[in-house]
Amino acid sequence: MSAGNTTFDDVRDLYQDIILRHGRNPIHMQRLEQFDAAASGDNPMCGDRCEVRIQYGEGGAVAKIGFDARGCAISMASADLMVEAATGRTAPEIHALAADFKTLVRTGHTASPDPALDALKPLSGVSEYPSRIKCATLPWAALVAALEGATEASSE
Amino acid sequence: MNQMSTLAAAPSFDVERIRADFPILTQTVRGKKLVFLDSAASAQKPRAVIDAMRIAMETQYANVHRGLHWMSERTTDAYESVRDQIAALLNAPSRDEIVFTHNTTEAINLVAHSFGRGVLRPGQAVIISEMEHHSNIVPWQMLRDSHGIELRVAPVTDAGELDFDALETLLSDGAVGLVSITHMSNVLGTYTPAARVASLAHQYGACVLFDGSQAVVHRAVDVQAIGADFYVFTGHKLYGPTGIGVLWARAELLEQMPPFLGGGDMIASVSFERSTWARVPHKFEAGTPAILEVIGLGAAISYVNEIGFAAIAAHEQSLTDHALAVLSPIEGLNIIGRAQDRGGVISFTMDGAHAHDIATLLDRNGIAVRAGHHCAEPLMQRLGLDSTARASFALYTTHAEIDVLAENLQRVRTFFQ
Repeated sequence: MSAGNTTFDDVRDLYQDIILRHGRNPIHMQRLEQFDAAASGDNPMCGDRCEVRIQYGEGGAVAKIGFDARGCAISMASADLMVEAATGRTAPEIHALAADFKTLVRTGHTASPDPALDALKPLSGVSEYPSRIKCATLPWAALVAALEGATEASSE
Repeated sequence: MNQMSTLAAAPSFDVERIRADFPILTQTVRGKKLVFLDSAASAQKPRAVIDAMRIAMETQYANVHRGLHWMSERTTDAYESVRDQIAALLNAPSRDEIVFTHNTTEAINLVAHSFGRGVLRPGQAVIISEMEHHSNIVPWQMLRDSHGIELRVAPVTDAGELDFDALETLLSDGAVGLVSITHMSNVLGTYTPAARVASLAHQYGACVLFDGSQAVVHRAVDVQAIGADFYVFTGHKLYGPTGIGVLWARAELLEQMPPFLGGGDMIASVSFERSTWARVPHKFEAGTPAILEVIGLGAAISYVNEIGFAAIAAHEQSLTDHALAVLSPIEGLNIIGRAQDRGGVISFTMDGAHAHDIATLLDRNGIAVRAGHHCAEPLMQRLGLDSTARASFALYTTHAEIDVLAENLQRVRTFFQ
């Protein structure tokens, strides 16, 4: 695992170890064979694509999330961390978390007390790279679309 | 040729003197010296272009083709003289064959509209290649859908060269009215053997259009020697301003083609019953044109002519050879396209690092490259890729900058390992 290349020290705010790790080996990248809803999002500027499939469980919460994606380290890590943060939550809870996450990556911080955001904070460095914000939000756009019953995420 | 004139014609090139002509190259980015390797997207501007546009605005500006006053006459002269410069640049037979557009995209749309709908008949076909920019794909799809033109796609080989056998097969039924193809790929750097394409197309009765957006920047273009019917390019890649492009077409084609946009400047007379068109090329230039941008493009052409295409081509060939030599050995780095005849556009991927991540890391060290599909999604699909990173060179690029790129790519490799 390469942690310290001194040459690119000033990108460590963006490429923290946890992002490099999830970007390289996303744990949750899998196409769920059984699913209740699915949606794709793509970034026409760069060709990145992310499909999210979800399974609902008891009480309407999202029991399982899987994704299939191609893209940069930021988008892969964001998708992987998203699965961990959103699994087990209801649709309204995920909508709220998605909105908080968007604020986090656009501004670098969020006032939301939601503890799930702690695990997403390594992505806050994206706010310094305007052209990369969409990489981080792409999987969330696909997840929100799936929750709304759409098959394609609306481009932002 | 005696020895003296051979020596005089030998390309001499002082890249540091040239760099001094481009004010932006002294800028720093994120505290690092700017290494601008994205000229294929848009080139930087020499002082001569910046000054020509500023001086026109400060001393000699009015609308063209209208005023009976001194300012308008001077501006019209400056504007129209650029048409002569462009005719000379392309070795066009006549200045009246030079049509100003706003960019390459508009020039191709003009041909798709006026030649496509006005001259081609439903049932005829247009051939493009797999390595086209979206600007040479989408206008033909729109023509196909609105006018019943068949769109055929000529494949490229794995090396990234046009497949001539396949092209000939696509031409062989005689239904093809136009072959529209890039003169130099913006992704692979491949030069199309233009004269060979033109000769093959003509053999089967088809006209041929070359998208010269990349090619015109790097080598002298001679539309008569090529045997082209249409040639298009954009000003901003040729060190000129944005918002100005060029269509050259043989006069008899322009005469056959109906206007593209209607409005002022393109008419001979207008009444509510009917209007008549101005003569070529004005028939295709509706509305107040990009006057300052044309003047800027004229300054850019003068600038490159002064250096000379022989010297520019030799410098850029040396850069390309150097880049291929220093990039190829980098472990995990894959250069996309291995055409025999190629220019200073090098696309690559790196195992374990996405093109965007490469571009972001390079940017932190002041190096500007492009990453993505380069407006050539079908080519990416053909190559089985989602995106590549691309370094592209210009007359102001140095060998040292390419070394900086290679060194940093090595570090990117380590970073993502």
